[in-house]
Amino acid sequence: MKFTLSWLKEHLETKHKDSQIINKLTGVGLEVESFENISSDLDNFKVAKIINAEQHPNADRLRVCDVDIGQQNIVKVVCGAPNAKKGLLTVYAGPGSVIPKNNMKLTVSKIRGVTSYGMLCSESELKLSDESEGITELKPNKYSDKIGKNFFNNNTEKVVDLSITPNRPDCLGVRGIARDLAAAGAGKLKSISHKNIKKNGSQNIKVSITKDKNQGCTIFGSCLIKGVTNKESPKWLKEKMESLGQKPISAIVDITNYVMLDLNRPLHAYDADKIDKEIIVRNSKKGETFEALDNKEYKLEDGMCVISDQSGVLGLGGVIGGTRSGTEFKTKNILLESAYFIPRSIRKTSKLLNIDTDAKFRFERGIDPHSIEIGLLKASQLIEEICGGKISKFDIQKMKQYKNSEIKFNISLFEKITGFKVKENEIIKILNDLGFKVSKKKSVLNLKIPSWRPDISQPIDIVEEVVRIKGYENIETIEPEKNRLKDTLNKQQKLFHFLQRSVASKGYLETVTWSFTDSRINNFFKENLKEIKIVNPISSDLDVLRNSIFSNLAFYLKKNLDRGFKDISLFEIGPIFKNNQPGEQLTVIGAIKSGKISRLNWNEKDRPVDIFDVKKDLIQTLIEAGYDKRNFFIRDKSPTYYHPGKSGSVYLDKDDIDPVAYFGELHPNIVKKLDIKTEGIVCFEIYLEYLKDNKIKLKDQKSNFEYSDYQKSERDFAFIVDKNYKAQDLIEIISSIDKNLIRSIKIFDIYEGENIPDGKKSIALNVTIQSSEKTLEENDLEKINKLIISTVETKSGAKIRS
Amino acid sequence: MSDIKKIRDEYLIKLDNNLDTESVNQIKTQLFGKNGQISNSFKTLGSLPNDERKKFASDLNSIKDELQEKINTKLQEIEIKEINSKLENEKLDVTLPEREINQGKIHPVSQVIDEISSIFSEIGFSVEEGPDVENEHYNFTALNTPDNHPARDMHDTFYLDNNKEILLRTHTSPVQVRTMLNGKPPFKIIAPGRTYRSDSDQTHSPMFHQVEGLHIDKDINMGHLKGCLNYFIKSFFEIDKIKMRFRPSHFPFTEPSAEVDIGYELKDGKIVIGEGDKWLEILGCGMVHPNVLKNVNVNPHKYQGYAFGIGIDRLGMLKYGINDLRAFFETDYRWLNHFGFDPLDVPSNYRGLSR
Repeated sequence: MKFTLSWLKEHLETKHKDSQIINKLTGVGLEVESFENISSDLDNFKVAKIINAEQHPNADRLRVCDVDIGQQNIVKVVCGAPNAKKGLLTVYAGPGSVIPKNNMKLTVSKIRGVTSYGMLCSESELKLSDESEGITELKPNKYSDKIGKNFFNNNTEKVVDLSITPNRPDCLGVRGIARDLAAAGAGKLKSISHKNIKKNGSQNIKVSITKDKNQGCTIFGSCLIKGVTNKESPKWLKEKMESLGQKPISAIVDITNYVMLDLNRPLHAYDADKIDKEIIVRNSKKGETFEALDNKEYKLEDGMCVISDQSGVLGLGGVIGGTRSGTEFKTKNILLESAYFIPRSIRKTSKLLNIDTDAKFRFERGIDPHSIEIGLLKASQLIEEICGGKISKFDIQKMKQYKNSEIKFNISLFEKITGFKVKENEIIKILNDLGFKVSKKKSVLNLKIPSWRPDISQPIDIVEEVVRIKGYENIETIEPEKNRLKDTLNKQQKLFHFLQRSVASKGYLETVTWSFTDSRINNFFKENLKEIKIVNPISSDLDVLRNSIFSNLAFYLKKNLDRGFKDISLFEIGPIFKNNQPGEQLTVIGAIKSGKISRLNWNEKDRPVDIFDVKKDLIQTLIEAGYDKRNFFIRDKSPTYYHPGKSGSVYLDKDDIDPVAYFGELHPNIVKKLDIKTEGIVCFEIYLEYLKDNKIKLKDQKSNFEYSDYQKSERDFAFIVDKNYKAQDLIEIISSIDKNLIRSIKIFDIYEGENIPDGKKSIALNVTIQSSEKTLEENDLEKINKLIISTVETKSGAKIRS
Repeated sequence: MSDIKKIRDEYLIKLDNNLDTESVNQIKTQLFGKNGQISNSFKTLGSLPNDERKKFASDLNSIKDELQEKINTKLQEIEIKEINSKLENEKLDVTLPEREINQGKIHPVSQVIDEISSIFSEIGFSVEEGPDVENEHYNFTALNTPDNHPARDMHDTFYLDNNKEILLRTHTSPVQVRTMLNGKPPFKIIAPGRTYRSDSDQTHSPMFHQVEGLHIDKDINMGHLKGCLNYFIKSFFEIDKIKMRFRPSHFPFTEPSAEVDIGYELKDGKIVIGEGDKWLEILGCGMVHPNVLKNVNVNPHKYQGYAFGIGIDRLGMLKYGINDLRAFFETDYRWLNHFGFDPLDVPSNYRGLSR
């Protein structure tokens, strides 16, 4: 909401300095977005004349213009507008000017080899209108003697721009703002003075509001003004419009806009001679069309509130008028409309048709239903003054009576909510100043809510009114108490934070990527999960929620590889989505690693990353999170996006149904399709929901400390097994032979080839044997040796390698 | 006697020479070998008269010990010398680079979430979470933002169905609703998490992070709200002198509502938080609206309290001087390395928030 301080002072009698008013505005909740002296910046914009325009030597669509900027100064300006022709009067902005539309500061610059001194401006660049096709065209009769003069009137108006929250439609008019300021002690609200106007005859265009279901209009007030001479607005009105960046159109339109901005009372003026017999306010029928004042044709749905006549739709009530009945300079008789439209109806219609206008913005927030007459009065009076004509009696059709609602307010609620006290009579004064009618019974106030405050309906709203007018700086600061109701983090949250830092400590950079992803990449990773489409994605390559964490990781890995990085380790911890209902998501860690280990290293040979690198990081992370490695079980099942032979799943326990993690090489087909170029690409993922609660208390986690000082012995074995035989099974067989004696088993060689039959491999392992009761004799060792060999051979079909 | 003394003196002098191991061993043989001089002297013991024998034996033993000691010392000296001279030849270029360590990093958003959790933990808040996918009821209606409310326009919502019933949450406030529906007052929680709005430019990104705060009890008023946020802001920015301004605003789910600005100044184009004369909006807050309490079955006549919502990414940008919000989510290896935190740098109350 923009307004000038002088306009504000038409409603507010104040001795406050500008800066105090600005601070007060923010203080009462009307946030000041900007406050600027508009003239200084705009002095750079001059009326100018193109005296010659030639084709740019290096660009088809550009012209090089010689521009007369007054006082015998001719400058060269490069211009791309199609209407930049010899003889045109337009607006010139010199180097150093700041273009109002985009705040761009102009400099002398070379455009395709030709130096341009400044710029010729379009109306849109000057914020005069949305017209951006071509530069401003000024009328010769008015401007030909003004070449070199300031285009903008040299006023020193200060413009305030407020960001009005949706609950305060009343402050979309200058008077509402003045009222708040007055209540907050920044002056006195002036009363509105009316000259009596003579009303001649009745309004003889019949108006009816139909009793349609969900009729969006409840009051339609109107008057006829006959015999007007529409013209350009007088200087004061034009300047008012221009100072707010609005383009003056004609006196009648400017007056309706002026009343809207002044009192937050939208009005509409029809050319009465274009209305076919009568006004009917009704619901639209599907398929009806009309051309609106934005020059677009709209096709209507059922049930939109339209103002129509016998020939059809004239306009969308409270949203936008139509061209058919619009006022022109030649308009002689006008019908002025001042109506009340229901916010819900306005919102529905404008959303469906995607129309945003000043009127719509106000009606959807709620206009004062008691402002019908004052709007007609103020506008018709101004029209009579400026354009002449005779005003009819007002015709007001009402479907509903609006009464000011009343609430009871217990004064003690104020202190209960805000923590500080305000004297009763001060509260009453504030409320009176805001327009409430207050009566008192003991400590309860009976309040009649002003009709312009649709946001107020219950006692808490009154607390807000008083505290914001009184000022939030009066609220005491109470130091926070340090008592805790429950633990800061639950087990799952602790696990989250722990795993996050655990993975990072293994050399992975944490990233945070979108929860959405490109469906084409997601398809590689979604397995049998449902694709979850976003109805209105931000872009077509972010069109689904991610079913896996790897679509984004792979995508960004590639981006970094393309940047020239080679050995990359990335991870993310975050949600993946199983379906589109709340809660159907899992928290997952995904990690990806590319390139080589020890690349360009002076003392170690390099090698591509492989799955045992990620397996190490994965297993160690699980161990650090408190899980017992001795119970882990690896299977070679994994999702299809992994290399089928080089991937596996990790179970916390052999009997578990769900794996907690997967690791492996990314499937070469996916690597190829995503065009990822690297020596190796491996990844792992951990599913937090499947990690069992590690419920053992810390004091129970440590078992008794038992150790043996008796002599240890080590024995090496090599077994020949089937090629697909799993090392895990071999270890399991050996370790279960005698858990007391067999302390550790290490695999130190895997061999295939010469001396080993086809389809077989040799697994060489080192077994540490130690008793906790005695030093083992040679024959004890021999016994266990034999037992190991025979058990392995029977249980696995392996042969000891002689 | 004089013979063995002579041997002793002679060999002690010999052993003082610069010798190698071999020469020392030769001397050792000359003295203690089968026909060594000391060995031979012992052989003469038997032929001595009783009265001389005792004295001679004692002298001989002490000379033997002395010489043996001398030889051992000499051998050790030589050994150490040899090792030392060998080590001289093993000199490495210690300026060669160490074996590589891959330094992992924690993303700034995660670090800031940990910092925030740590601060609120100190004043008794616990952490709650909620789903990223929400229904329209929890995200809007239960929060006193019915359909057709213009406030919905302030949230550009991503929808997952054509009926606009399933959406990506536009703020963390639905966690308030879920928490209160699932429990009994008092409530004292924060809820950090991902939030989504279909908006993208330098200061907006379609996904960002918020932390919600909620404290409901019998007598929690706006003074507590001010105190809590005051405490948080000072702790988070780790500065004691920081200007804060509460000003009235509007959110459908709080009444009265406020926005909080902090003071800053621009120094060399960088924002410096503290006592400057400019204001920067950093959060929205207010007293939870009685309608919201009713919607979650909390009696607004018995319980009241405050809620707040803070943009996490923005806090991180301000604290750590990061300019572009979108870079948070673009996974640029250089950026992650530059702005990331060491995984061991865990924010905590007792150790301090940041290093």
